[in-house]
Amino acid sequence: MRTIAATEIVKAVRDMCIHANHFQPADVRKCIKDGEAKEDSPTAKEVFRQLAENIDLAEKTALPLCQDTGLAVLFVSVGQDVHIDGNLTEAINEGVRKGYGEGFLRKSACHPFTRKNTGDNTPAVIHYDIVPGDKVRISLMAKGGGAENMSRVMMLAPAAGWEGVKEFVLKRVAESRSNPCPPILIGIGIGGTFEHSAKLAKLALMRKVDDVNPDPDLAAKETELLGLVNKLGIGPMGLGGKQTALSLKIEMTPCHIASLPLAVNIQCHSSRHEEVEL
Amino acid sequence: MATHELKAPLSDADARMLRSGDVVYLTGTIYTARDAAHKKLVELLDQGKELPLDLKGAVIYYVGPSPAQPGHVIGSAGPTTSYRMDSFAPRLHSLGVKASIGKGIRNDAVKQSLKDYGCVYFGATGGAGALLSACIKEAEVIAFEEMGPEALRKLRVERLPVLVINDSVGGELYVMPDLKAVGLG
Repeated sequence: MRTIAATEIVKAVRDMCIHANHFQPADVRKCIKDGEAKEDSPTAKEVFRQLAENIDLAEKTALPLCQDTGLAVLFVSVGQDVHIDGNLTEAINEGVRKGYGEGFLRKSACHPFTRKNTGDNTPAVIHYDIVPGDKVRISLMAKGGGAENMSRVMMLAPAAGWEGVKEFVLKRVAESRSNPCPPILIGIGIGGTFEHSAKLAKLALMRKVDDVNPDPDLAAKETELLGLVNKLGIGPMGLGGKQTALSLKIEMTPCHIASLPLAVNIQCHSSRHEEVEL
Repeated sequence: MATHELKAPLSDADARMLRSGDVVYLTGTIYTARDAAHKKLVELLDQGKELPLDLKGAVIYYVGPSPAQPGHVIGSAGPTTSYRMDSFAPRLHSLGVKASIGKGIRNDAVKQSLKDYGCVYFGATGGAGALLSACIKEAEVIAFEEMGPEALRKLRVERLPVLVINDSVGGELYVMPDLKAVGLG
């Protein structure tokens, strides 16, 4: 049995919080840098120009990419042959506390009704998974509130099928218009139960833009639906254009014979996530 | 579509001449307020108390900046989604606020109040918080400090780039999604 000190987890999470908020992942960075050339309208081009400049500034200066540095969402895969020396959940929260404090990131966590800020961006949203092996893999997403607010879970009737899924996703993106900071990334979870579909949708957002679904049928569906989303013409910042979404990924699992759970998780263009293996 | 260099607070004439699609570089004094600060401002109004800011010609920026690093006046400071302030905006327009800066669509009541009081809604580029921060030269918390990122701040800005989304004559810059193009029209 391998032992990992909780202090190692604290440091890894702290560093990921800070790094993710300053450096756009390479795949999304490329989409933003290439975006201007793909648009015809001067307004859409100008949005991409500003976003590209913003990425450069955040890399070069102490300023985060966006003032909404997000709630920290973590997917943690713990190898069953690993022993954590210390309290794992507390270590993750301490990493978030340090990252958001020492990194001058915005603390956005608050009480749902009093709206009193918790002051240190904790508690983080943590999803654990037990896996074979003796490693711990931590994926962190700094999830902004504006795009998260545009996300939905829908329990479709099984008869709705793929056509029903497409209609719901398209209407959701259409109704969101400029609110979630397009160009957006779309994570779709299909199947499982109410809560599992939502988790799958978030996992789908962790996939890289150029990642091809290993299931050829789902890969084709991802391409089809992304194409349709971009026909809506909402464009960058809702000002009209060809690129409403940069990416659309689907994660799917079997569901109850009575159900067709569907979750649509929307991510703004500032798609900040990191992964580390300990 | 024209480009204007304007001073904030905004004059009534300046606000009324703007048309959706115009690019505006704002220089002067503006205020930050988002969800919690708006709620508090309206509570103060309901109680007949004095507000911590002068609403005449005021431009309100919907933003909750990230903390300032040492040597900086403010952290990243891009717009937050505006619809959450829709229930407050018409009342503030009636009391002298001339413009808000945010991102995302406004409801019909807000658009009507722009017409009623000769105001505008500006859009700034969402997610360009580092870029927009460079236009902020001074920042001071003037009320609700306990709200942290949601505190009411007074900013001195130089050439803050914004776009007129909704104007005082019913113009709107955001496009309508083309549902027909995807067979849902």
